[in-house]
Amino acid sequence: MATKKTPAKASAKKPAPVKKPAAKKAPAKKPAAKKTATKPAAPAPEAATPEVLTNPTWETVQIARHPERPLFLDYLNAWDPEAIELHGDRLVADDPAMYAGIAKIGDERVIIVGHRKGRTPEEKVANRWGMANPDGYRKAMRIMRLAEKFQIPIVALVDTSGAFPGLDAEERGQAEAIAKNLADMSVLKTPIVVVVTGEGGSGGALGIAVGDRILMLEHAVYSVISPEGCASILWRDGKMAPVAAEALKITSAWLKKLGIVDDVIPEPKGGAHTAPAKAIETVKKAVLAAIKELKKIPVDKLVDQRYAKFAAMGRFGK
Amino acid sequence: MAWFTKASEAPLRVPTEALWNVCKKCGAYTPKDEYNANLKVCPTCGAHGRLSARERIELLADKDTFKELASEVIANDPLTFSDASGAYAEKVKATREKTKIGESIVVGTAKLDKIPVVLGAMDFRFMGGSLGSGTGERILQAAEAARKLKCPLILCTASGGARMQEGIVSLMQMAKTCAAIQRLRDEGLLYISVMTDPTTGGVSASYAMVGDLNIAEPKTLIGFAGRRVIETTIKQKLPPEFQTSEYLLEHGFLDKIVARKDLKTFLAKTIRLLTAAK
Repeated sequence: MATKKTPAKASAKKPAPVKKPAAKKAPAKKPAAKKTATKPAAPAPEAATPEVLTNPTWETVQIARHPERPLFLDYLNAWDPEAIELHGDRLVADDPAMYAGIAKIGDERVIIVGHRKGRTPEEKVANRWGMANPDGYRKAMRIMRLAEKFQIPIVALVDTSGAFPGLDAEERGQAEAIAKNLADMSVLKTPIVVVVTGEGGSGGALGIAVGDRILMLEHAVYSVISPEGCASILWRDGKMAPVAAEALKITSAWLKKLGIVDDVIPEPKGGAHTAPAKAIETVKKAVLAAIKELKKIPVDKLVDQRYAKFAAMGRFGK
Repeated sequence: MAWFTKASEAPLRVPTEALWNVCKKCGAYTPKDEYNANLKVCPTCGAHGRLSARERIELLADKDTFKELASEVIANDPLTFSDASGAYAEKVKATREKTKIGESIVVGTAKLDKIPVVLGAMDFRFMGGSLGSGTGERILQAAEAARKLKCPLILCTASGGARMQEGIVSLMQMAKTCAAIQRLRDEGLLYISVMTDPTTGGVSASYAMVGDLNIAEPKTLIGFAGRRVIETTIKQKLPPEFQTSEYLLEHGFLDKIVARKDLKTFLAKTIRLLTAAK
């Protein structure tokens, strides 16, 4: 949590003052998320979003993107300041937007991977705001293979607005890199714990998020497309993002209900940024508990269960 | 009807589209029957038009050998989604009625030049060929059928990507389909991905790209992010050949570009060479 200086882009996205949507229908949403959202750190007048459009889901989006929300390195440095970062995909590059390394969480050796957004403006630019290139996904996979080889559990922390949409990324096969990870992670013979800590942005998030336990922070979001992207396609107006966000059902409460995440990790009142140390400790406990549980399962059975888990997603009312 | 009101009636005319195909790439007019006989490929520029799922199956499967699987699996509406233009459930129902298929992919067992295969073909007319929960489930069942029958799986893609209207459930179909295909491949079975126009977004970033062989038709749009999104992000114009099958071949992501008229022969030959199928 180094600096207060955030680029203009981020400060414009600070939570809007809470206003109960008057005319809007409020869908069945866990009230917990609603309440905790009522104390944003610094309410700023929102120019882009008319107040009438705000809703509990949109407030959650603001918390998930809050400039002071704990990032990958905040978790890792708190859990193991002596973790060893491992670099490179052994093909073309080392993508700073994706971290991969070996660490100890409590008494547990783990391979840890995750999106690295960056805190300072310079870091953000260098890390492409945590939007990984194919090299990042390939590096993560390479290091995850080490986990399989040495029977070490994998912890993947997800926090990205999406895979990087760039010329180089396409040229080097962004689609192939993500697809390969999905296929390979589905059969990796070691426990995998995924935590969506902030933004779970589409394929860029999923590229490291195939696991045995999918955990999600209370105010994190996980979606197939950004609310802005969805609004500009289906509503033909990016300003309808709050409405799209609600329609997409991207909150932890909804994801739990839809059977996508296994557990929701509660956050300090108002969001993880209000008490980062506490939030980081809660996530640690949840991760260690999940690992402990998964290590009891024989690895072949674990892989079968992982397959069954994803196979069941999208089967309804049968 | 008075004589002077007659003039306001629309003049009698046959719509051009009924008789001619107008090529979307080069604008050339081709008589419809000639175009259809040419497998919907423009004789002037060679652009491969889109085939429906049934047309694709007809192209690849031996006559009367296709037996549809998982036809009872249809599109779900897990989010009870609704946008500016109405409810998703209504749209998908209308699409089903119009296209006469239950989801954006049709899968089944078939003989391809006498070789038993499991074959799937996506249909762009069905919600832009998007990957919904029903699509994912059909692909999973196709992969499991191929595993049971110990035969190759061929999937022909035509899709804009994940289906936004099914939100996160759609995203998870990417993992689900890849997992099912990986299991098939781990058992030594062949999976061939045939990419047709367009294959983008979440479909390109899942089952389309993990083929033992990745094949594409000529001049097919294949890519992850949309052209406009990339141009806005990197603030520069992209070359016209960007994200075409030729571009992907050049960069090493396709095994081969195969013209539609040669597709069946090519598939039969490679399957025979790789798997020693009779």
